[in-house]
Amino acid sequence: MDSAPEITFDGRADVDGAALFAPLALRLEAGQWTCLLGGSGVGKSTILRLIAGLETGVRFSGRIAASDGAPVARRVAYMAQDDLLLPWASVERNIGLGARLRGERQDRARLMDLLDRVRLREHLGKRPAELSGGQRQRVALARTLMEDKPVILLDEPFSALDARTRADMQDLAAELLSGRTVLLVTHDPAEAARLGHAINVMTPAGLTQVSPPDAPAPRHVDDPETLGAQGALMRLLRAEAA
Amino acid sequence: MKYGAALIATVFALLLWQAVVLLTGLPRFILPGPAVVAEAWWSNRAVIAEHTLVTALEVLIGLLLGAALGVVTAIQLATSRLARVLVQPMLVFTQALPVFALAPILTLWMGYGLWSKVAMAVLIIYFPVTSAFFDGLMRTPRGYLDLAQTMQAGKRSVLWHIRVPAALPSLASGLRLAAVYAPIGAVIGEWVGASRGLGYLMLLANGRAKTDLMFAAMLTLGVFSVLLHLAVRRATMRMAGEH
Repeated sequence: MDSAPEITFDGRADVDGAALFAPLALRLEAGQWTCLLGGSGVGKSTILRLIAGLETGVRFSGRIAASDGAPVARRVAYMAQDDLLLPWASVERNIGLGARLRGERQDRARLMDLLDRVRLREHLGKRPAELSGGQRQRVALARTLMEDKPVILLDEPFSALDARTRADMQDLAAELLSGRTVLLVTHDPAEAARLGHAINVMTPAGLTQVSPPDAPAPRHVDDPETLGAQGALMRLLRAEAA
Repeated sequence: MKYGAALIATVFALLLWQAVVLLTGLPRFILPGPAVVAEAWWSNRAVIAEHTLVTALEVLIGLLLGAALGVVTAIQLATSRLARVLVQPMLVFTQALPVFALAPILTLWMGYGLWSKVAMAVLIIYFPVTSAFFDGLMRTPRGYLDLAQTMQAGKRSVLWHIRVPAALPSLASGLRLAAVYAPIGAVIGEWVGASRGLGYLMLLANGRAKTDLMFAAMLTLGVFSVLLHLAVRRATMRMAGEH
């Protein structure tokens, strides 16, 4: 992996001539987790997809750049709410998908190491349908890490999980993705309060920077300051919606 | 349990048939009863077997060729906009033509032998296979394509590693449909002009008022079609993602 760059997003998006979001500036600090918190439909996923270079159906005017000047879209790994595991392929083949798609040789040692780190070694031959929701999302995390990209884009990857599994996944992701530039799009104030080195609340009015709790991320689920931050974020979301 | 239900349904149908024969008192050259047909089947078993073999061969070759053509066409259509513009309307139009109307021309072009029947079977299954597989190829879940794009996958590799495998269940349903249609195509071909095959045997028996033999040939065709359908179903289970 090359060293993680800082990413700046600066611009506006229009759908059929109407603004999806007004001009806004978002900075993803190098090697840090930036959380983008907001309700449905404010365009937070669109920002993530624009950074990833994916189709969005909007007209974007502005610029997306990395601090080192190299193109951004080729250096991202993407993880969505849907684990996007291929149902016909084994865990092992799902994790190695990127190399197979590019016709590259599979780095098997690395794949095995990642399987260990997401604690799925004994499941490597199974199909996704044989796994639980949490296990599937761990496979997706391993697949994301297998790509070894400096920028990681997470589009609500834990929101379909039950509370306990979600907390476990947050810890695991924070541990395994440390040192990379991460954008986490989420609608969950608790998640943003636990994981963000920087927290941005996105509403139709624009972006609001909120300073994160002092404790190092991932913060404990019962850390009073983190719970306070979660409440403050929730209040901000509700106020903007009203 | 499944077989038990099938057995009960068969016995019920036979009883119903026998009841109709008894109640209406129709003569055996109009509606022969099950026992009469069974007897005709047994005494003509060698002839029926010979003609069944011919029809089976036509159907199987037709099925293989039609499926292969359908798969290739669907992939072409799915990967090329030009192919979609040029070929798709034609495909729909050929489906709008009654295959029955084409049978005499095919016989004229390809003769009375095997190949005009194979061509009929191919024609009749080509569209369902093509359209089922093509639909599947065009409905790849958006998320898979996004993921592949962030992985810098090329078009070909997305096709082989994602779009085709994701479309296999659709192809399986197309093939299952084809297994039902293919015998119809072959038999229509035989009706228009043939000297062998179950369709030919049915016409021959009908023309000579051997209604019991006609029924025997027809039921043989029915059993063959059901067995073919079951075999194709089994063969495509993995493809359809059923285990």
